[in-house]
Amino acid sequence: MKIVHSWLTDLVPVGDDVEAIADAITHLGLAVEDVKHVGSTVPGVITARVLKTERHPDAAKVHRVFVDSGDGVERHVWCGAFNMQPGDIIPLATPGTVMPDGRAIEPKPILSIPSEGMLCSARELGLGDDHSGILILPEGTPLGVPYGDALGLGEEIVYDLDVLRNRPDAFGHIGVARDLAAHLGLALGGAPTALAPTSPAMSAPVEIIAGDRCPRFTTIVISNVSVTASPDWMARRLAAAGMRSINNIVDVSNYVMLETNQPNHAYDYHTLGGGGFRIRLAHEGETIVTLDDVERTLTSADLLICDATDRPIGLAAIMGGQNTEISSSTSVIALETAWFEPMGILRSVARMGVRSEASARFERGADPYGIDTSIARFVELLRITCPDLVVHDGMVDARSEAHLPGATRITVRSNRVSQLLGTAFTAEQISSLIEPIGFACQAHGDDLEVTVPSWRPDCTLEIDIVEEIARHFGYGKLGKTVPKSTQPGGLSPLQQRRRHLREVLLGLGISEAMPHPFLAAGDLERAGLAPEAVRLLNPLVVGDDVLRTSLRPGLLKAIEFNESHRRSGVALFEVGHVYPPSNDVLPAEYEALAIVLAGCDATAAMTIWRELVTAMGWGARVDQSNVPVGLHPTRSATLSAGKDVVGAVGEVHPDALDAYGIDERVAVLELNLSILLAAEPKIAQWKPTSRFPSSDFDLAFSVPDSVSAEKVEKAIRQGAGNGLVDLALFDVYRGKGTADGTRSLAYRLRLQAADRTLTDADVAQVRDKIIAGVAKLGASLR
Amino acid sequence: MIDDVRAAADAAVERLAAVATLAEARALETELLGKRGPFAEFKTQLGALATVEEKKAAGQALNEATQAVQSAVQSRAQELQRAERAVQLEAERIDLTEVLSKPGRGHAHIVTQAWQRLEDVFVGLGFQVAEGPEVETDWYNFEALNMPPDHPARSMHDTFYVDHGNPGSTVLRTHTSPVQIRVMQHIAPPIYMIMPGKVFRNETTDATHLAVFHQIEGLVIDRGITLADLAGTIEAFTKAFFGEGFSSRLRPSYFPFTEPSAEFDIRTPKGDWLELGGCGMVHPNVLRAGGLDPEEWSGFAFGFGIDRMAKERHAVGDVREMYTNDIRFIEQF
Repeated sequence: MKIVHSWLTDLVPVGDDVEAIADAITHLGLAVEDVKHVGSTVPGVITARVLKTERHPDAAKVHRVFVDSGDGVERHVWCGAFNMQPGDIIPLATPGTVMPDGRAIEPKPILSIPSEGMLCSARELGLGDDHSGILILPEGTPLGVPYGDALGLGEEIVYDLDVLRNRPDAFGHIGVARDLAAHLGLALGGAPTALAPTSPAMSAPVEIIAGDRCPRFTTIVISNVSVTASPDWMARRLAAAGMRSINNIVDVSNYVMLETNQPNHAYDYHTLGGGGFRIRLAHEGETIVTLDDVERTLTSADLLICDATDRPIGLAAIMGGQNTEISSSTSVIALETAWFEPMGILRSVARMGVRSEASARFERGADPYGIDTSIARFVELLRITCPDLVVHDGMVDARSEAHLPGATRITVRSNRVSQLLGTAFTAEQISSLIEPIGFACQAHGDDLEVTVPSWRPDCTLEIDIVEEIARHFGYGKLGKTVPKSTQPGGLSPLQQRRRHLREVLLGLGISEAMPHPFLAAGDLERAGLAPEAVRLLNPLVVGDDVLRTSLRPGLLKAIEFNESHRRSGVALFEVGHVYPPSNDVLPAEYEALAIVLAGCDATAAMTIWRELVTAMGWGARVDQSNVPVGLHPTRSATLSAGKDVVGAVGEVHPDALDAYGIDERVAVLELNLSILLAAEPKIAQWKPTSRFPSSDFDLAFSVPDSVSAEKVEKAIRQGAGNGLVDLALFDVYRGKGTADGTRSLAYRLRLQAADRTLTDADVAQVRDKIIAGVAKLGASLR
Repeated sequence: MIDDVRAAADAAVERLAAVATLAEARALETELLGKRGPFAEFKTQLGALATVEEKKAAGQALNEATQAVQSAVQSRAQELQRAERAVQLEAERIDLTEVLSKPGRGHAHIVTQAWQRLEDVFVGLGFQVAEGPEVETDWYNFEALNMPPDHPARSMHDTFYVDHGNPGSTVLRTHTSPVQIRVMQHIAPPIYMIMPGKVFRNETTDATHLAVFHQIEGLVIDRGITLADLAGTIEAFTKAFFGEGFSSRLRPSYFPFTEPSAEFDIRTPKGDWLELGGCGMVHPNVLRAGGLDPEEWSGFAFGFGIDRMAKERHAVGDVREMYTNDIRFIEQF
């Protein structure tokens, strides 16, 4: 909402300290986002008449314009715009002028012919965006005067307010003025002189069909008006507030709306069929051409204003129709000032996608009882340009009383106010804070009965009044205390484990990525994953509507991105939510971890998994017979714990790599953190370290490919018994010297007893037992 | 004989001074002081001397000579050892800046870093941390937060709707506030809780706006909580997180789920005010939706963006950069 400083000072004498006023408005909850100075003029730009224009044979893009700036001297100016005719009055920037963009006007010659200034477009003068040609000033404009005087320009200061939903009244200057007046202890002005209708009576009768949607509709007929231009100050304020000046009647209508927050509409009485109004719901499919020249098709939930012959003449509360517009020949007007039920308007606006200054006010809630004041203000302002206007007896005030909001009365308990604000206000103190903004208070002991002003429909509960009290007392004066929690702060065990997990991953050299949770159609399939997913109904980017069921596609995209920027071998992880479909109230959302290691094979992922097993106290079966979808069929395994699948480990399927345009192998580890982090981890228990010497020896086995190293390791551990303190696979070899379908697995073992030094015989015995055990798997010692 | 002994000792010391390596020194030690060395030889000759006095004098001289040689051996050996270590140390000299590049530690995402810093500060102020689902029901995201269907404030939220259940029943949470309701339903007051998480807004992204971003929300519910408690908690947070030189203020605002509502701004040591987030006293309707009696319990809530904390700490020019997953970005922090 744009609040014009000069307008505001008409309503309340706030003075001219713009910064202090802006600060006060902000601290009343109407955040001033910007203060602008608009309509300032450029010194040195004067009015001049075009005498003649002339082409120069050697200049294609510019022509010569000869002008007279009132002193009878013919001046010559080069100009690149061709829209002017001899006789037109135009703004001339004389040499020495500094334009708003900082450009200084110099007598710069073209083809050795000097230019005595520059002709200006509207944009060059900061008067809007029009740069299609030189600004042509109205006929009859005096010559040689500052163009600003000719246009009635003058500087206005504008506060740009962020008015929130709870302050519909602040969409009018009077609402802001009222708040300031109360805050600064000033008197609020702006009350118009009372209407004095005279005979003969002239009426525009009203028939309300849809009373629930239109509880109040008033009309008044005003004759002997003439359509002219508005006074400069009014046009200037309207422009500063963001509205274009049209003519005196339309301008007054808009001015009243911006001041009182009450939209209204002036009809040409003579074009009003039957001389009256019917307010009804539209028929399904009925159409109307609105003022913006758009034909709109309506539903039976849209409210229409029709003339007495039932011809639609306006979309109620939103926009007028073309057929009853004020024209230059209008001499009698019917002024509509009404109140519409907000929710109905909100729905129509949302459905049609059309918003107007009027609808924005009605949907937030105008003042159903401010109508009379706004009519009086309309007449008062129109009388400035139409001093002989006649306001006719016969005003119509059609109401559907049952649907018109009544007065809201709220009991406010002083002790409740104190409880919430940490204050000790008496009933009188409370009254003194909110009565100046229109809340009538009646004390009953410590409690107050507060009558909410009709322009504050947002206030319906005691807590709403508490906010008004706090607002006008000043939030800053309430003090700052820190409540003491009686419980210790801290992360939950799960959250601590998640932190630990991140630290371990970072220590392993893996960096954290954060891809988007939305995928494009086809992303899952390209990764070889099942296409079933929950979709967005209204994605931001068409097609990016898939809620991920796996973190893998996002990380594959990240690898592809980095590869394409010559960063191969990236190691990334993500901790994030995935949202598989479910028949439950919500999708089967859970927290997942995915790690991708570009340029690494599956064993790298297994190394990470083993590290996590020991770091996090996790455990799972590595089931290579159960290949997770989208992963390399001979290099991947499901991680299962009991009946739960807790993850997948291995390598991304080459088909998926191709589909994502990735050149490297990608090792992958995916875990369900909702399961793994929830479980209480096994705490490592101390095993005493033996003080006796240990014995090391190596064993290399020739093992068929069908037998997993895990099985060999298990057999070694079984054979070795308690004396085995270290076991490491240190070499895997396939090739010369190994039989087809076998590989060599070489292990280093360390034996140690807790209570004695092992003898050679002890070691030999264990060694034989291990070899015998491993042999049962079909492996032999090499 | 005494003279011979002394001469032999002098000769030995002279030879020791001439050896160049520790090994030579040890060899010479064996030669001189060993069983076949000159001093052993002198010892065998002692018995042949005539008188006790002579024996005593010669013996003393021999002892002195042997000790002198032993001490000369030791000091020469030490000297040589030191010299050899010095040579070794010099030979081992390396240029410590001559380091081959190897993959190093991983880098945590800057949003995670900011998230954890915020958590840590609030934990220090006595808060615990709660989490909730990112896909939410309309009830938790709006209705329970005093935004019934058709509430105009819903239009401020640019909601992503999810095709799940009845049309319009499921959304991507537009704020972390639904977690407030879940917390109230599951935890009996007093509640001192923060709720960080991902949130979603269906709005076009630019250098300062994202459709997917992160918020942190705070909720305090206890007996007798006031607006002054909110202001004090915001102030304590501001000083703990940004530093002692910072301060904070509240100014009136509007949110459907709090009343009185406020925006909170922080003041930098330079005196500039920055808008940080929204807050307010928990609306009685919200307390009721969470199953609490607003006459018995009162509380406040506050919330702000995490991404902006990361962006401003590291002076990232465009928030979208934080989500490109470009390793060249990630590795900077």
